[in-house]
Amino acid sequence: MAPTTADGAVATADGRADGTSLWPLPYRVAWRRRETADVVTVALEPVGAAAAPYRAGQFHMLTAFGVGEVAISVSGTPGTPGPIEHTIRDVGAVSHALGHAPVGALLGLRGPFGTDWGVDDLADRDVLVIAGGIGLAPLRGAIHQLSQRRGTGSLTVLVGARDPDQLVFTADMEQWRARGATVLCTVDAAAPGWRGEVGIVTTLLTRLALAPERTVALLCGPEVMMRFAAADLVDLGLHPDRIRVSLERNMQCGAGICGHCQLGPLLLCRDGPVLPYGGTVAALLGQQER
Amino acid sequence: MIEAIAELVADHPLFRGLPADVAELVAGCARNEAFATDELLIAEGAPAEKFHLLRRGRVALEIRKPGSGQLVVETLGPDELLGLSWLFGSKRWHTDARALEPVGTVAVDAECLLRKAEADPVFGYALMKRVAPVMLSRLQATRLRLLDLYGHGADNS
Repeated sequence: MAPTTADGAVATADGRADGTSLWPLPYRVAWRRRETADVVTVALEPVGAAAAPYRAGQFHMLTAFGVGEVAISVSGTPGTPGPIEHTIRDVGAVSHALGHAPVGALLGLRGPFGTDWGVDDLADRDVLVIAGGIGLAPLRGAIHQLSQRRGTGSLTVLVGARDPDQLVFTADMEQWRARGATVLCTVDAAAPGWRGEVGIVTTLLTRLALAPERTVALLCGPEVMMRFAAADLVDLGLHPDRIRVSLERNMQCGAGICGHCQLGPLLLCRDGPVLPYGGTVAALLGQQER
Repeated sequence: MIEAIAELVADHPLFRGLPADVAELVAGCARNEAFATDELLIAEGAPAEKFHLLRRGRVALEIRKPGSGQLVVETLGPDELLGLSWLFGSKRWHTDARALEPVGTVAVDAECLLRKAEADPVFGYALMKRVAPVMLSRLQATRLRLLDLYGHGADNS
């Protein structure tokens, strides 16, 4: 039984009710939307006390009661009123339970945790986003924010997926294009009739006229994709510190205590998930989880 | 005519920066070609007699997948090279290449160009140095796709 605060809200282990410690706050499924055959966006609203506001790139620990807890990046846009959106791929027992939770079901939420994309620093920068597969989900809120900023920088979004049916947020892509962003999609293979690109996402870099000195890149997706994309960007003249990657390991406590998400000197739930590619990350990227 | 094509050749990334006489050498084996949407530029199994310097429009490389028809395995666009099979081996095309939209190319007669390369090893070496990186980048891209990057287990959220 979770402890409660004076107003009856579920409190965290240290008595706070902001969800950033070890007790989950109760949230209810407000609505759910199927994105692909195995990807669902689930919108959660608080039953009692709400978690602290999140920033784009941060994650929550979501609990399917009786099944388990897993780290899920927020796919919604910070500051947007209403339920918090999480986009979940069905890859195991917990994500299956979360993704299949019906409207009205009770789930647990802790967080937000970790570092963010730093969108506020990018007003006048050209921003290049490279996303692979479900890696677009943690970037979605940042792209929404960047597509509405008032600065002078351009916004380019490159998206890779296994096939056209695996592309997520295609309606959002139209919205980003309408706001002036360049959005290019590529898939590994497609049936004839697909009018987009076919090839790995890094091949799209050859189609761009980058200004490396004023560009910041945000990368999220399979690590091998980020490794090759980051290396290509460095070859094109981007400084490694202006390439931000989102890394994930086995997040469990979310507070840098348990050590399950350790990657070299980093605890990714606390020091990440968003990190500059320069420094230690370039060397660590691609190391296998132990 | 050859001068105009030489300018197009010299402007294509595959030959950009090479001396003008090299562009003229290539242009002597080349001509402009245009293709309508859905028209085949090359056909699987046909002799690989020429390659294309893509100038405008996009092209899909298709392979016949047993039991499920055609599969698009790569798309190419302006400034890219279409066709590598003319260089080595059986010199037959291994894919279809279909125009996704109206396409304009400089088509280069492979036998004509290879004859010039044999006669002038300096030109031949320069040609190989331009084509080899294209082959390398496509080989690396193919290796990456073998990893099934976005398959299960590649989840990032």
